[in-house]
Amino acid sequence: MKSNQLTLKFTSLAENVSIARMLIASVAAQLDLSLNDIEELKVVVSEAVSNAIIHGYHNEPGHIVHLTLDIDPEALKITVKDNGCGIPDIEQALQPAYSTDPERMGLGFVFMQSFMDDLQVESVVNNGTTVTMVKFLDRTKPSSH
Amino acid sequence: MDVVEFFRENCSTGGVTMQFEKKLERQTLLLRLKGDLDLRTADSLRVAIDTEIDKRGVRTVILNLQDVQFIDSSGLGVLLGRYKKLLPLGGKLKITNVPTHIFKIMELSGLPKIINFYPDETLASEEGRGA
Repeated sequence: MKSNQLTLKFTSLAENVSIARMLIASVAAQLDLSLNDIEELKVVVSEAVSNAIIHGYHNEPGHIVHLTLDIDPEALKITVKDNGCGIPDIEQALQPAYSTDPERMGLGFVFMQSFMDDLQVESVVNNGTTVTMVKFLDRTKPSSH
Repeated sequence: MDVVEFFRENCSTGGVTMQFEKKLERQTLLLRLKGDLDLRTADSLRVAIDTEIDKRGVRTVILNLQDVQFIDSSGLGVLLGRYKKLLPLGGKLKITNVPTHIFKIMELSGLPKIINFYPDETLASEEGRGA
């Protein structure tokens, strides 16, 4: 398998969440992944992009979200980057059921942690957040499952 | 049954739609959802249900998810929020016909532990009527 990279740059509109999902589904379909894996990848991308729009940019349109997919024989790396308000306390944000919105379940990072083999969150207040998630494609690699 | 479309197909962006069929009978609202339940569609579903609760006195909401293709925490949040809204009113949220891949996501969220799930609409309608 050749290494590949795709980047999707889009404005912070809810309509674009489904387009981000379409991209990961299309890429995942070319890899040796199960339908269940593809469904899970759609969820993690949806969560990370929704977080960028809702929390990073407070639902304000006109800001930019970057979704980058790096594919190599060993792993699929998904990076979602915003230049929004940032997360003051990443450890707290990673806790299950933590949410700043009573209508939300605070499960975004739980899904990301559960469905991916690695999750890294880098954030600077008032400067943005970068979420990096890795799924190993070689089944001999260590897995959290 | 009234058929209401609250998101139109957007061919220019390939956007995914969410549609529902609505049936209102006394204090029971039945919604058959079709499409993706995510950030884009969650708010409209919330408003659609809350309007029936607030303005028409609906106290039982049955959601048929058979044709829901995708759900994430935005969609799950709407379901939990309606459960929390109905509870103090003595109402109930009932969920039916959940596809396997959607149920897996719901299971991880813990939602099936607090919201009643049913195989079909008939069983959901009968429960609570003493049938």
